[in-house]
Amino acid sequence: MGEDAEGTSSIVDGVHYHQFDIVIVGAGGAGMRAAIEAGPHARTAVISKLYPTRSHTGAAQGGMAAALANVEEDNWEWHTYDTVKGGDYLVDQDAAEILAKEAIDAVIDLENMGLPFNRTPDGKIDQRRFGGHTREHGKSPVRRACYAADRTGHMILQTLFQNCVRLGINFFNEFYVLDMVMTEVDGVEKPSGVVAYELATGELHVFQAKAIIFATGGFGKIFKTTSNAHTLTGDGVGIIWRKGLPLEDMEFFQFHPTGLAGLGILLSEAARGEGAILRNSTGERFMERYTPTLKDLAPRDIVARSMATEIREGRGAGPNKDYLYLDITHLEPAVIDEKLPDITEFARTYLGVEPYTEPVPVLPTAHYAMGGIPTNNNAEVLRNNTETVPGLYAAGECACVSVHGSNRLGTNSLLDINVFGKRAGNNAVEYVKTAEWVPLPENPASGVQKILDMVRSGTGTENIAAIRKELQDSMDRNAQIFRTDESLGEVTKLIETLRARYHNIALRDKGKRFNTDLLEAVELGFLLDLAEVLVYSARSRKESRGGHMREDYPERDDKNFLVHTMAYLTGDPESAEAGEHIRLDWKPVVITNYPPMERKY
Amino acid sequence: MSNAVLDNRPSVPEEVPTFTATLIIRRYDPEVDDEPRWEDFDVVMQGTDRVLDALHKIKWEQDASLSFRRSCAHGVCGSDAMRINGRNRLACKTLLKDLDLSKPIYVEAIKGLPLEKDLIVNMDPFFESFKEVQPFLMASSKPEKERLQSPVERARFDDTTKCILCAACTSSCPVFWTDGQYFGPAAIVNAHRFIFDSRDEGAEVRLDILNDKEGVWRCRTTFNCTEACPRGIQVTQAIAEVKAAVLRGKP
Ligand SMILES: Cc1cc2nc3c(=O)[nH]c(=O)nc-3n(C[C@H](O)[C@H](O)[C@H](O)COP(=O)(O)OP(=O)(O)OC[C@H]3O[C@@H](n4cnc5c(N)ncnc54)[C@H](O)[C@@H]3O)c2cc1C
Ligand code: SF4
Ligand code: FES
Repeated sequence: MGEDAEGTSSIVDGVHYHQFDIVIVGAGGAGMRAAIEAGPHARTAVISKLYPTRSHTGAAQGGMAAALANVEEDNWEWHTYDTVKGGDYLVDQDAAEILAKEAIDAVIDLENMGLPFNRTPDGKIDQRRFGGHTREHGKSPVRRACYAADRTGHMILQTLFQNCVRLGINFFNEFYVLDMVMTEVDGVEKPSGVVAYELATGELHVFQAKAIIFATGGFGKIFKTTSNAHTLTGDGVGIIWRKGLPLEDMEFFQFHPTGLAGLGILLSEAARGEGAILRNSTGERFMERYTPTLKDLAPRDIVARSMATEIREGRGAGPNKDYLYLDITHLEPAVIDEKLPDITEFARTYLGVEPYTEPVPVLPTAHYAMGGIPTNNNAEVLRNNTETVPGLYAAGECACVSVHGSNRLGTNSLLDINVFGKRAGNNAVEYVKTAEWVPLPENPASGVQKILDMVRSGTGTENIAAIRKELQDSMDRNAQIFRTDESLGEVTKLIETLRARYHNIALRDKGKRFNTDLLEAVELGFLLDLAEVLVYSARSRKESRGGHMREDYPERDDKNFLVHTMAYLTGDPESAEAGEHIRLDWKPVVITNYPPMERKY
Repeated sequence: MSNAVLDNRPSVPEEVPTFTATLIIRRYDPEVDDEPRWEDFDVVMQGTDRVLDALHKIKWEQDASLSFRRSCAHGVCGSDAMRINGRNRLACKTLLKDLDLSKPIYVEAIKGLPLEKDLIVNMDPFFESFKEVQPFLMASSKPEKERLQSPVERARFDDTTKCILCAACTSSCPVFWTDGQYFGPAAIVNAHRFIFDSRDEGAEVRLDILNDKEGVWRCRTTFNCTEACPRGIQVTQAIAEVKAAVLRGKP
């Protein structure tokens, strides 16, 4: 075997083999935060389908929560409480406590690594308000979000990448991981590596590793209107799913109140944190009616639902009465330029609206997956309600710890990726110190070869983009803010037919080099799988909680549903009906200090 | 409650009118073509559509083999810098309606980096130059909490923190086209970001690197980079400030 930076590599039958102690899949915030812990202590590789700085963490705008108390009284216990209540009590409270406590070090770590936070007059990290973050258990909004203008995610991504450069981390960029291989050792299935497709050459690479960390981000592209990047197709979550490992709470997807109308591009909640107001067609500040205490700074699920209600009841703005306004015209232009420069530019560029003087048309946009790969507080992936998969970790948006429950608070995700990314890195380092190599199976790349053959050999007539569009349109219509058994049933049926059509696609690009046609086809497979699990889980949760609103079951039902959903792929994955290949189980919620209460703001 | 907001309601497009745009794209498939070739596409587009939407429409409806990079689709990830009508821009940030649609729109890969396929170039040399300027905070102190930095000190390097490493600047630079060894504007912008950060102690090392023959002195102040930058960074000014710092030391 030859030397491959720090790992070893060789080529057998046209497939490249590499060996590293730790392989991290994904180079967003979570993946690179893990790499910074792992790199100095173990032979580490980061595999990413994008150049690291293209990851969608860079699109995050508003801030990262931590009770630093730099500008007013605050403490981590209030932060824990807000996180639990924000998630409508589906949050695992021990995990939320870790998140809130370790937030403080997570922010300081980033500052020490060079992150250019905005500063207070006395030179400390400045903090701003954000939805659902309060003092004294809900009394009034608190300034808890640490930020760098409205480019906080950009700064986090750049700072982490800069530190990876400093540490000489090995990156495999534009490598698409399409499968994880597992090997049975002493009766236990353990991961032995991942298989990646190299975009530039079309060649396959097997990465053998003692520990694997998934940090592949979200899957907003199952919806049409979304703040997520084109590349957020949930590949990592889909890979885990196809291994028969569970996915948790997939029905909980967050719709962010303020996407640019018609486009879905996000305008950060930081705007409302700085004083922006939502208005309906009459100019009314309608959030005063729904949440008198927090008003526009109520959590996102509530604001998005209130907006949808305004539109339904005929108070939407515009010629078709189908959007609302975000108004910042009362803010000083100098303040806007200093604190919200990017999002105001988005409004100018993409809608031609001048936010200094005009309110901006907005609509809720699919934003964040609360559910995903279940892990414990050490970022170890669960194989069922209690046992973990040795050597397998997940962190960031692809994971479900669960610190967000049924609705994530703004600024808690940039926090999550840092706290649990770091934990994943550290725990993997500890694990590989004593772990044995897990042997690769014969032909580890065969699973990927099968997927590629399936899409390549297609001589059908179906168009990939057309199938994807039908899925996304239907998800927006039927599985968005308001759901019913009927609407969910409709999209379930559609997915069945789309899956059949998916097997009949045709690729136009038969080449090896930079074949993005091929990869879009593979990504579509993951989108279909994840949409199906989401809808199936949503249909079974016959209550309304956080981001999941069932009009046929409008109340929260703690008696029957104060539990996490655990979905498993079983039986024949190709069987038509979801019920024939998806099995649901339930996992208790960890409740420590905060018994569930009615959620009022 | 004020109703003032109603007096200045924006005019959001009602029935969005459609129009036909002609794109002439420089295609190159290394497995088939000896030379790049130009190919025309007509697409029906709508009011606020961007060049990226037109490329997607072509890929999704007419020719799925058309290859380009993209991710965020709103100008923050730096994936889709390309030459549009002879100017470097992000496809996702260039609205069709802002171009002259009576003429075809010419789209080709950025120049100065090895062409791989269609609109995709090899970005590795670009990232190598970035790494050479040691783009990370060098600070010896290990504070208990955050390092303090006044708002004025923070503002000093704000402009260069915005860089998304899209390479629009570097690949619009005539010096870089003729001398691929030149670090290029983006690397200097990222050096600037640290040289002028009050917390950083590595200015001397970086200034030394940039004083090299492939460093700042190759810049001929043509301003192409500043015009190309989709983040509005004053690239030429940043380079001038680094030149001054090389001569006089970190201010
Ligand atoms: C517009 C926007 C604004 C936001 N603002 C905020 C905010 O202000 N505060 C906050 O807390 N949260 C915010 N969020 C949420 C937060 O930014 C994300 O949840 C978080 O950044 C996700 O980070 P991640 O590291 O998990 O994933 P990402 O940053 O998305 O990274 C995923 C990585 O996985 C890689 N990858 C994916 N699939 C594969 C594969 N098959 N093979 C190899 N690599 C793969 C990608 O290349 C990428 O490197 C925002 C989100 C959006 C969309
Ligand atoms: S300076 Fe501007 S043009 Fe150059 S890489 Fe950075 S963002 Fe792109
Ligand atoms: S696609 Fe991200 S910058 Fe254009």
